[in-house]
Formats: sequence, C-alpha cells, structure tokens
Amino acid sequence: MIIDRRDALKRAGLLALGTAAWSPAALTRALAQGSGTSAGTPRRGGVLTVQLNGEQRVLNPAIRASTGVYVITSKIVEPLVDLDQDGKPAGVLATSWEAAPDGKTVTFTLRQGVTWHDGKPFTSADVQYTAMELWKKYLNYGTQLQLYLDAVDTPDPHTAVFRYSRPIPLNLLLRALCDLGYVAPRHVFEGTNVLENPANTAPIGTGPFKFVSYERGQHVIAERNQNYWREGFPYLDRIVWRFITDKAAASAALETGQVQLSTYNALALADLDRLKSDKRFTVSSKGLEANAFNNTLEFNTRRKELADVRVRRAIAHAIDVPFFIENFIYGLGKPATGPIPSSSTAFYPDNPAPYAFDPKKAAALLDEAGFKRGAGGTRFSLKLVPIMNGEDVPLLATFIQQSLQAVGIKVDIVNLDTAGALSTVYRDWNFDLATGWHQYRGDPAVSTTVWYRSGSPKGAPWTNQYGWQSDLVDRLTDEAASELDPEKRKALYAQWVKAVNDEIPVWMMTERTFLSATSKRVHGDHNTPRWGSGDWHDAWIEA
Amino acid sequence: MTILLLALRRLAASLPTLLVILAGLFLLLQLAPGDTVDALMAQMGGGDPATAEELRRYYGLDLPAAAQLARYLWRLVQLDLGQSAIYGKPVATVIAERLPVTLMLMGASLTLAFAGGTCLGVLAARRIGQWPDTLISTLGLMFYATPSFWFGLMGIVLFAIHLGWLPAGGIEEVGAGYTGVTRLLDIARHLVLPTLTLALVFLATYLRIMRASMLEVMNLDYVRTARAKGLGETGVIVRHALRNALLPMVTLVGLQAGTMLGGSVVVESVFALPGLGRLAYESVVQRDLNTLLGIVFVSALLVITVNFVVDLIYGRLDPRIAAGR
Repeated sequence: MIIDRRDALKRAGLLALGTAAWSPAALTRALAQGSGTSAGTPRRGGVLTVQLNGEQRVLNPAIRASTGVYVITSKIVEPLVDLDQDGKPAGVLATSWEAAPDGKTVTFTLRQGVTWHDGKPFTSADVQYTAMELWKKYLNYGTQLQLYLDAVDTPDPHTAVFRYSRPIPLNLLLRALCDLGYVAPRHVFEGTNVLENPANTAPIGTGPFKFVSYERGQHVIAERNQNYWREGFPYLDRIVWRFITDKAAASAALETGQVQLSTYNALALADLDRLKSDKRFTVSSKGLEANAFNNTLEFNTRRKELADVRVRRAIAHAIDVPFFIENFIYGLGKPATGPIPSSSTAFYPDNPAPYAFDPKKAAALLDEAGFKRGAGGTRFSLKLVPIMNGEDVPLLATFIQQSLQAVGIKVDIVNLDTAGALSTVYRDWNFDLATGWHQYRGDPAVSTTVWYRSGSPKGAPWTNQYGWQSDLVDRLTDEAASELDPEKRKALYAQWVKAVNDEIPVWMMTERTFLSATSKRVHGDHNTPRWGSGDWHDAWIEA
Repeated sequence: MTILLLALRRLAASLPTLLVILAGLFLLLQLAPGDTVDALMAQMGGGDPATAEELRRYYGLDLPAAAQLARYLWRLVQLDLGQSAIYGKPVATVIAERLPVTLMLMGASLTLAFAGGTCLGVLAARRIGQWPDTLISTLGLMFYATPSFWFGLMGIVLFAIHLGWLPAGGIEEVGAGYTGVTRLLDIARHLVLPTLTLALVFLATYLRIMRASMLEVMNLDYVRTARAKGLGETGVIVRHALRNALLPMVTLVGLQAGTMLGGSVVVESVFALPGLGRLAYESVVQRDLNTLLGIVFVSALLVITVNFVVDLIYGRLDPRIAAGR
C-alpha cells in the first residue's frame, strides 16, 4: 500500500481528532502513522457497500467482458494476470509466463495451492477449458483475441501452454488478459450449456470473496474467503453491491453513508463535481486510469458528403472541444490526440491534437469540397444518432448540432435508447453521424483497431460500420497486432494513429477517465490502475 | 358461490382484452428498433457478430415475429410465462420476487391516500369557506400539481440527508440480518418516504372528490330528515352522509389501481425499490419481451382483481346496486 507521506499525516491527524479523547492508544497510533512508515494499520472486518447504476444479467467475467461485470465479479473470480501499482502486468493465478521466440507459444506457470470456493483444487485443466470453451467461444473481444489460439496444452497441473497459429505479442496477450483472462471452474461448466449454467449468476471463483447472494434489483453480497491463497487477506468481512439506478438517489445514498463507494461515473457529473469539495469523500480518477474513454463522432461515409475527407475535417474544425469539456463536463477530460490515450504510455505516440477549433477553416474546407451555402445559409443536413452511454452524450449531440449550424450544416438529432441506437447505427447503417463513447482496453489491438479496420460484419456494435476502408490502415492494424518487438509495435501504432487522424472516419473528440466517489473511511483503495475492476483483497474500512 | 361465479364471469370477460393487450404490446415492441441482444451488447461494451448471432439463436430471436408471438401465446395457455432474458430465470419467479414490494407500496399508498383523502375531504366540507377548508384545498392543489419524483427527492434531501431520520432508499437494511418483527419495522421505516411520495397525488384527488361529494350529499333530503329527527352532527355524517359520499371514491380506487402501478415506476426508481414498476422499465430498456409481457399479464390480473373487489364493496355500501344485479 503506497500512500504519500502528507496524506498519511493528514489522515493520522484526523484519526486522532476523531477519537473522543487523546487516549494513549490513539496517540501511539497517530505517531506510528506520522512516522510515514505506513498509512494506518489495516483493520480486519467491516462491510464495504458499493453503488451500481445498472443490473447485470450475467456475473461471469469469463463470458462477459464489461466493467459492470468486473466491478462485482473480479472480487470473486480471478484472472491469470492483473496490473500492479505501476500498471505492469502482475501474476494472479499465473505466477510467471514465457513466450517462445516465434511468438506462437506462451507458457503460463500457475499458482499452486489455490482452491475454488467449492473446495476443488485449481489446475491447468481449468485454464485449458476456460480458454478453449469460454474465451474463444463466448467472451466478447475474447473470441477476437483468441481467434488464432489452436490449443492449450497441460503438461502438468500447474502449467498451461497456449499455442497460437499466428504470432501474438506477449505484451498484447498479458494486457488483454487482465480483462479477458478470468478463469472459470471446469468442473462446474463442463458438459453443461454454458449460457444457461447457474454459475453465471452465482459465480464460483478463487478470489478473496465468496459469492453469497444476488437479489434481483437489490444487491449482490460476497463474504470473506477464509481459505484465500494470499495469507491474511482479505481485510473486509463482506462486500455489498447495491443497485441504485437513479443518480440523485445514488448520491443521497452516498451522503447518508448507506454506500461508501460509487465508481465508473455512476453518479451525475454535477454531483461528482459537488462531492469534490465535500471533506467526507474523495472524488478522483486515480485507480481507474486503465479504463480511459473517448467521446466519439462517427461518420457514415456511405453518405456522399461525408465520403469527402474535407467535409469530415471541416466538421472536426467546426466543433470547439475544449469549450465542451470546460462547460459541459466540468473540465473532466482533455481533447484527444487520437484513438490511443496518453495514459497508455506503451503506445502513445505523443502527437498534438489534430483538429483545432477553427470555424473559418471549416467553412473554407466545405466551400472547397463544393458544398456552398444554399438558401437560408444551409449547405446540407445530416442525421445524428446519439448512443446513450453517459449523461454527456445528449449534451454533446446538442453541442455538435449547434456548432455545425454555425458553419451551415443542419443536424437533426434522432433520440433512441441504447438498444435502439445500436441497431440503427450498427445493424441498419441508418445514420449520418453518431456520437457515443469508445473505451480503451490497455492495448490498441483489443478493442480500438476494430473501429478502423475494414471488413466488420454488419451488426457488430462498436466496429467499423462507417463504410470506410483504407489499405494502409488495414495493413498497419494487422501488422501491429502480430508484431513481437515492442519498439517496432509502438512505431507501427504511431504510423497508424497518424493515418487515422488524417482520414478521420471516426473522430475521438475527448480523452477522459472514469471517476470514483469514495468515502474517506475506505482505505487501501484505488491503488492499481484498474482498481475498480480489481480484487480489493487489501481494501479495508474504518470502524 | 354467487361471488365465485361472478368472479369467473368477470375473468372470462377480461380474457379477450388481455389477449389484445398482449398481442398489441408484442407487435408494438417489434416496431422499436433494437432487440434484447442489442441491449446486451450495449451492457457488455461491444462484442463480435458471431457471439451476437449465437445469443439471438439462444433467445429465439432468429424466428419471425409471428412465430415468436405464437410460441409465446402457446406457452401462456400452459400458464408458462417463459424465461427472462435479463435474469436467466423463469419470468414467473422474477415477478414473484418483485411483486411483494409493489403490493406493499401500492397497498400502503392506497390506504394512506384513501383514508387521508376521506378525512381531509370531510373536514374541508364541514368547514366550507373557513380557514381549514382553504388550507386543505390549497394543500390538495399543491400535492396535485407537484410531480411525485420531486416530492421524493425533496423528501430524501430533508429527511434522509439533513435530518437523518429515514433511509434514503432500498427496501431494507442490506446485510443487517434482521428477522421477525425487527425486519418488519425496518421495512416499514424504508417504506415511509416512498409511500408518502406515491400517495400524495392520489390523496389530493381523493380529498377533492370527497369534499365535493360530501357537499352534495349534505344537501340531500335524507340528511335533512336525519337532522330533523334529532340526530347529532357526527351521527349524521358517519351513518348517513359518509356512506353515500364514499361511492365515487370507491369507483376511483378501481380506476387508480392501474395508474398507481404506472406511478410506482418513478417512485421505485427514486427510492431504489425492487418492485414491479422498475422491473417493467428495465425490461423495456433491455428489450426483455417475455418479462414485459409477463408484467403486463400480472398487472392486468391485478387491476381486474381490484375492480372486482370494488364491485363487491359497492354492494356493501349501497344495497341497491347489489339488488339491481
């Protein structure tokens, strides 16, 4: 647990003041903390209550990759690897790994002495089964990641050898496995209909907490795993996840102490902004850096005006992104410089933001493309479909509408709920512009390049459904996905970013991280870059 | 025996209506863009078309709409509400889990609205034109005009956040492990704010109806007769006026049972209550057709039941109605 010294001192002072009298015990404790060696002695016991804004259909991270699933299940089910405090892959169920020089074989050494919550031992057979039957067949993005996985060999119970038909960069695999590498128990799933298995909603894992109950619409409860392989962990007795969908009600629950944590922007931005100045809470994106996301503007290039790159560029120049960030989302973000966020240091090419706000240039580009202002000052009109991921999406849609009005493009907003918007945009292609979110998952190859690679089948959401195709981008995408040398890979992605920024079939407008609001009673929190999806074995709560 | 027969006749008469409602809703939902797999994909944050196709097959969405409807109705005949796509459990189970909360909320609200509305209405009618009447009527107007979610939120701000008297949401203290009477009291405490929120609008309606109805009845001949024969004022109101004035109120209860189910969506959202209203909303957003149809089916049964009970109460209140049948 690393907490800086000033924080420790402050916390010690608060603790000491909080105790009714300056009891000797409190004094010693305060002094001990003041020395800067540790930030308070973790307390065993207590219940951490977490607010969630949506119900989950499935609580099995081996077949559903989404932060909504991880925020519950990653405490119960464990992945092969996770990120450590510095954002580097660290072993969880795997202790070490080694890639063959040709990049086609990756050998994982598995942790010994780990048991499932039902008492059965964890072995390489579980990894083999999960990889071949769950990740490769059902896991969203996992099917893509493991497309070239031929087999998983199990020479002994603690070794799993992944064999690929095409080289896979070790770093890509490790980073992807943080999200797409949760292991399910073979003995529970084998021989059953995977999608109908009751363990999908009553997960059995190896994690620090054991699943207790899932009351629909109310809560999920997990309690301490007494036989957890990390000796002496976890600290908490229980974790309770409560479903509170109304954002105002959720912040009320936080303020009355009914819940102590709300993560992944589950509160209204206005409330998060307000709670920042409330001494009882910490509002921060620390611990969620690994889940950067962008506000997107997606162009349907089947539309003749939008097929012209000058028009797409003109639209980008016409929208004042910094203004949107400052005034609509409380300054919580910055203009993106491309599809790879700056937090992804292994790949970020450190280029400037490509399209500065310049309405004059926008107008000139539109004129140049041959779309002169007609009667009433309008050049042409477009249909914009917002894909409602967050409360900022409809705001951005309106902002886009007004910004484009100024350069003579009339925008009609078509409001649909998420399911409706997804099928309209990705299945029916019935849109000109779409705006929503893109989430970055640690490596560009996992879920970012599919936004640009041509050849997405009709109906796959959040892929290249814009009718846009570039040989250069396709080639770079494929090469980078199987390039083994990290330096060369980074260089390929730099070229790739340049190419897609130039052509902008999709414009990543902002670069943002999610926010958590956490009660200051919670400690050991947000200490890894994907803490929201972490196992919380070392989290504790003040009495 | 006659009651049972009446009940069965009522139910038989409602069956065609129920069928039309279900088929209509089914077809309406076909018009909404997106299906349950789209909603699922949204929740997952994307995925591959192969997975999507597999899921569509799994949920039976690859069949034509007519086949899906026929399949649904055939299952319904066998009293099988199908499988919920959101929860992966039988719809009947999911609804059974949610129904008690909604019934409690509706029962408490209806009782409060009815009792409160009656008392205040009588009081206002008795003091017509005086300050209690003005006060009650103004309050009634305010309750009627204010949206219930706002009441709810303000209730939370005042009673939960500032005063800390009542919980901000939920149906009971999670993980506290209360049992027996303690648990009941805990649930009652959690229901105070939601009940008030849902009841106030209805209370305002009842109050106004009761006031008008009392004023009308108080001028009728039999009330004058009662007074003339020397009955005290309380006796006149309770034994003669109230009974007749209650008739329009009872009609309203039957009508509003359905409205209340709708209103509970908002209240259940604001207070994070796991009720039927929220479930209905969730199923629309997630395109969970089976669950939604199941809820409509159960709600329709509920409304039919309430109206049936109202009919029975009619007979009790005014023997002429029962005799007329």
